[in-house]
Amino acid sequence: MNMLAFPSKKSLLDIRDLTISYHLPEGRRQVVNGVSFSIGEGEVVALVGESGSGKTTTAQSIIGLLPDNGRIESGSIRLNDAELSDWASRRFDAIRGKVVSLIPQDPGSSLNPVLTIGRQVEEILKLHGWRDRKARHARVLELLARVGLSNPELRANQYPHELSGGMKQRVLIAIAVALKPALIIADEPTSALDVTVQHRILDLIDELRAESGTAVLLVTHDLGVAADRADRVVVLRKGHVEEQGPTSALLARPTSAYAKQLLADAPSLAPKGFRDAPENPEAAIEVRNLRQEFGHGKSRVLAVDDVSFSIARGTTHALVGESGSGKTTTARSIVGLQHPTAGSILIDGTEVTSLSGEARRLFRRDVQLVYQNPFTSLDPRQRILDIVGEPLRNFETLTRKARDERAAAMIEKVGLPADVITRNPRALSGGQRQRVAIARALVLEPRFLVLDEAVSALDVTVQAQILNLLTELQDQLGLTYLFVTHDLSVVRQIAHTVTVMQAGQAVETGLVARVFTEPASPYTSDLLAAIPGRRLGASHPVLHYSGAAE
Amino acid sequence: MTQAIVSRIGQALVVLLLAFTASFLLLQALPGDAILIKYQNPEMGLTPEQIAEIRVLYGADAPIWAQYGNTLWNFLQGSFGYSIQAGVPVNTLLATNLPPTLRLASLALVLAILLAFAIAFAATLAPFRWLRNALASLPALMISVPVFWLGIMLIQIFSFRLRLVPIINPNEFQALILPVLTLALPIAAPLAQILIRSLDEVEAQPFVAVARAKGATRKGVLWRHVLRNALLPVLTIAGLLFGELLAGAVVTETVFGINGLGRITEQAVSNQDTAVLQAIVILAAGGFILINLLVDLAAPLIDPRLKRTVGALA
Repeated sequence: MNMLAFPSKKSLLDIRDLTISYHLPEGRRQVVNGVSFSIGEGEVVALVGESGSGKTTTAQSIIGLLPDNGRIESGSIRLNDAELSDWASRRFDAIRGKVVSLIPQDPGSSLNPVLTIGRQVEEILKLHGWRDRKARHARVLELLARVGLSNPELRANQYPHELSGGMKQRVLIAIAVALKPALIIADEPTSALDVTVQHRILDLIDELRAESGTAVLLVTHDLGVAADRADRVVVLRKGHVEEQGPTSALLARPTSAYAKQLLADAPSLAPKGFRDAPENPEAAIEVRNLRQEFGHGKSRVLAVDDVSFSIARGTTHALVGESGSGKTTTARSIVGLQHPTAGSILIDGTEVTSLSGEARRLFRRDVQLVYQNPFTSLDPRQRILDIVGEPLRNFETLTRKARDERAAAMIEKVGLPADVITRNPRALSGGQRQRVAIARALVLEPRFLVLDEAVSALDVTVQAQILNLLTELQDQLGLTYLFVTHDLSVVRQIAHTVTVMQAGQAVETGLVARVFTEPASPYTSDLLAAIPGRRLGASHPVLHYSGAAE
Repeated sequence: MTQAIVSRIGQALVVLLLAFTASFLLLQALPGDAILIKYQNPEMGLTPEQIAEIRVLYGADAPIWAQYGNTLWNFLQGSFGYSIQAGVPVNTLLATNLPPTLRLASLALVLAILLAFAIAFAATLAPFRWLRNALASLPALMISVPVFWLGIMLIQIFSFRLRLVPIINPNEFQALILPVLTLALPIAAPLAQILIRSLDEVEAQPFVAVARAKGATRKGVLWRHVLRNALLPVLTIAGLLFGELLAGAVVTETVFGINGLGRITEQAVSNQDTAVLQAIVILAAGGFILINLLVDLAAPLIDPRLKRTVGALA
């Protein structure tokens, strides 16, 4: 362990040898194992790790909100010289919100849907002794204005469903800073938000923190975010601290193998070059003036507004945009899941928008789709072999044996061990499941693959592996990909060409190398600037160099 | 909003008309009728000709569509016809028998709701796992008990064994205790089940953790945040349970010898007193529709998300 870990200022939170276990049906399982770190007053410490690393559990224990089956086995949590590890949940009520507060992960479900915003902000004041109604109301409006919500009077009377995700996160930040706590635990505060919103929210947390001298424990899976925002970084893996130290030192010269791996896989930090421009510019897919409307009359929504692009054979085209930009709608039209209002889609010279009946069904065979969430897109009760073999049943008359052989061959091709074929999806990790989804899409030997946020739900290391697999398969099988994503750093790794979408329109189309280095539209520039991990741009050469030296 | 209410009321009228038509056809399809049952009795010694005359008198010889039109027209004017068995207008019959049933049903409903909440909160706040499990499985037990058996058991235990509630010459209050309890338990059980599950689900939501992180106690969070969110499914089920309430009232009134709607329903069925049955079906359908309309109107008050109209969605 790196011992550069001492905070420069007076210590606020001190965690020593913390061990936490969960009581599960199959017995006790330790999820946090001898974790030690500390946070100084006003300091930002990032707790970085993949899912299952114990980072959220550690954070929950500090605020006394471990799930019912979780228990602190040993170790100490000292906050301002008070030992919290043996406190009963009730005792925490006095410090929660006042000394330690929380900014939760998913703003969408973190506000009570049936209470107004104003009442939910007011609650924390009420709980901690603000008796005067008028004073409370005034403070609520002041807080809402402070976190950058326009028209606080109106917002206070609105319900959560009337606000966007970014606005809800601002409300939650207002709640967290309401009593100027000594420590804010921000548990993946921006993972559920679009990249530009993410940037603004992190800026806001930074600003408020500096204003009141609050320390922040930033729990994140995104090394880029940690690099940009934290004074010090603690890298967790499987409940152990792999490495910790000042951010710049740790990122420039990671000592543990795991931290090096994380750095190498972090898409925003990866020092890889762009993919070459396609040599053969023959278009395999051509989308012209695509337009998609939903609804009628007053409630009519224009989801895609005059979008055109083309994809060269054997290359990857990325559709990038924030939620609501129309990127998924465009992809669905191409796969033939919905009928465009206007425009044409030519695939290998065939106008697919006018296909119907059997021709449409056969066309589906050639254009396959991989969905976003590998946890819900596979039938949990089927065996992997049957999941992968199912498309064959729809399109080919094969004996069961022949079908199973084809499926097994494809499972091997996507890099899964042979023994998974008899298991069901529950026994597989997220990355393995996404490999199954890819195998299922490829078993019919399609020429086109549409990947809808196919790596967004995965940890960075797994994400990197899947992206590599996709690139390999493309080279081997000559596939053409349409890659839908909100994540520009992933685009950089996998795509040859890119279309940036905003509010249903294509604001920019071109080679990735060109769009990323000389963006023509201001929106693209905004998106690029918002990618976390920019601060590291300067240290990349160092990283490269130190890596080469070893 | 007004438009929504108007269209709901329109739907309700269509449902009422369908209920009327269906019940009319089904009752007509039964072999025999009330006139035959009453006047064919050998003790009356009426000749077939005399019976035929009586049939003409009641209008039972008219073609079925004419009878349908007549009955519908009368219903629209608020006249439910004559009970052949009792020989009085159905309106009179309802006027005397509806109030006791309404009293029984509404008291049972109130008690059921109280019981359901008591069980659900006890189960949620129980300090030990075993106690929690025991309380949570109580409703399942209550559901499986048949109403008639429950009524008889309650009389056995409270009146005969413990002698707590007199069964002979009870005062008005005493006479209601056991029937209300009998009717309430099977209604309370599903309500409690839904509420327990719903409280559990809402308590696992992230916003509950956020409320706790503000420094609220568990009970405070349960009261201020969880309960209102958990109420919606319970309200929906409560609307559907109105049917159970009516069915339960028939059995309960029979077991306890109360003269109410349930009692005349039972008699009308055994005597094929079509007019009475028709009126009861319409009354039940009307009550059902009204209750569910109220549930639909109350839902947006509990959950503001239900207020948004199609226009706001876009």
